[in-house]
Amino acid sequence: MVEEIASTADGNIILNLGPQHPATHGVLHLVITINGETIQKVEPHLGYIHRSIEKMCESLTYRQFIYVTSRMDYLSSHINNHACALCVEKGLQIEIPSRSQVIRVLMDELTRIASHELWWGAMAMDLGAFTPFFHAFREREAINDIMEETCGARLTMNYMVPGGVMQDIHPNFQRRVKEFITLFKSKVSEYNELVTGNIIFQNRMKGVGNLSAADAISFGCTGPTARGSGVSCDIRKLYPYEIYEKLDFEEILESDGDSFARYMVRVREMSQSISIIEQLIDNIPEGDFQAKTKAVLKLPKGEFYQRVETARGDFGVYIVSEGGTTPYRIKYRSPGFSNLSALDHMARGSKLGDLVAMMGTLDLVIPDIDR
Amino acid sequence: MTIEALKEKITALFPAVTFEEGGQWPTVLVEPTDWHRMAGILRQNDALYFDYLFCLTCIDWKTHLTMVYHLDSTKYRHNLVVKVNLLKMNPAVETVSDIWQTANFHEREVYEMFGVNFLHHPDLRLLILPDGWEGKHPLLKDFEDPINMIKL
Repeated sequence: MVEEIASTADGNIILNLGPQHPATHGVLHLVITINGETIQKVEPHLGYIHRSIEKMCESLTYRQFIYVTSRMDYLSSHINNHACALCVEKGLQIEIPSRSQVIRVLMDELTRIASHELWWGAMAMDLGAFTPFFHAFREREAINDIMEETCGARLTMNYMVPGGVMQDIHPNFQRRVKEFITLFKSKVSEYNELVTGNIIFQNRMKGVGNLSAADAISFGCTGPTARGSGVSCDIRKLYPYEIYEKLDFEEILESDGDSFARYMVRVREMSQSISIIEQLIDNIPEGDFQAKTKAVLKLPKGEFYQRVETARGDFGVYIVSEGGTTPYRIKYRSPGFSNLSALDHMARGSKLGDLVAMMGTLDLVIPDIDR
Repeated sequence: MTIEALKEKITALFPAVTFEEGGQWPTVLVEPTDWHRMAGILRQNDALYFDYLFCLTCIDWKTHLTMVYHLDSTKYRHNLVVKVNLLKMNPAVETVSDIWQTANFHEREVYEMFGVNFLHHPDLRLLILPDGWEGKHPLLKDFEDPINMIKL
């Protein structure tokens, strides 16, 4: 264990941030070495919410293990479930009905907006503004209500299953999603007035936490974190799954590589997700919402890997099967784990007060990092 | 580059490697002693340019351990899977964290969960597990915990 606060011989001070700190958004523990106000080193200590999900999944069947994955990145739970369902379908070589494909993509994009909304509110709160949080939660609440009607849950949805989705969408689904789109479009200008154009926020974020494109790739950063440095890494575009290749949307790239660039990527991505939802919401094909699958699923011997784009980046499920009803080994490649590893590199030489802005724009979800 | 061309290129550069069939991506099996030199070439070679290590993990096969490296190229968008078989007793392999910085954290995770010793790693300590867990490796198949539930 590290002392709460200690000084070393060369005049450096060791400071603990967390595990219980409002700016870490969960139980993350950072041991920071500072000299005066300048950061020398940031050392993350993880594991406060480690549940050994990979080990647990080794004794769960291919129908059961998906439920655990909602608890990793709980803000992208649909997308985690989606990756697992796709991976099992890849192993079983089954095609799923087009209705369920469209429903899955709609749910993914709604989740992405909800996740970015929460990040936006929390990010502003990290920098000292409390009001934006309420604005963000007003719209996020509308998404949660839509989820609750169709999936029965507001956070850990467990809606996607091998073969399709758990049940058909609620009769109100299309109407409520359209209401949400109208609501979001009328409010998005408020976001820019409140935060994006605000000179205090810009000064806190511009030039803070610089990450070059080469470093972003080397550290394995993905998602909006890497796209803020101009690295094209959207799995939906590069390795399309489901129906993403037929959809018209833009991969948002910013080139500055600082906290403000990462901020802008996420804010602009929300509008792209809205555009995807608009393309699909009136075009949900009729038909089954689930393919017919056997009651007990057995994956053939082999290895299956599926990459998807969550709200935080490149999420991967790696299943090693020995031909049984449970996986022999599962590895979850979580985007937050790699994004966090770049924090030390970004923070060295900056001021302590800027660290919170950097952590905010990395969009860390601790259960996703610890697994 | 097509998968065939990629395989030919790799065979020409590294005659000692063997290809595994049936995977989603080309998969090569490498000797632990050759791996670090090969990793450097995979990263630097202009025609290969594997600059993004997107997944690094380990599998416990009870008789031996297998390190699995998933590589991607942001320039050419081709993928490669590299496997390195290690002994069950005192498994050790050279670190690749000097080639891909993301390996630093991922190797620390494999070190504590599987007990693989990464030679010349800059900072090989526990990352996720709390102090006092040295020597017990939860993701090994023979790991038992008498108190906490770890299997269902």
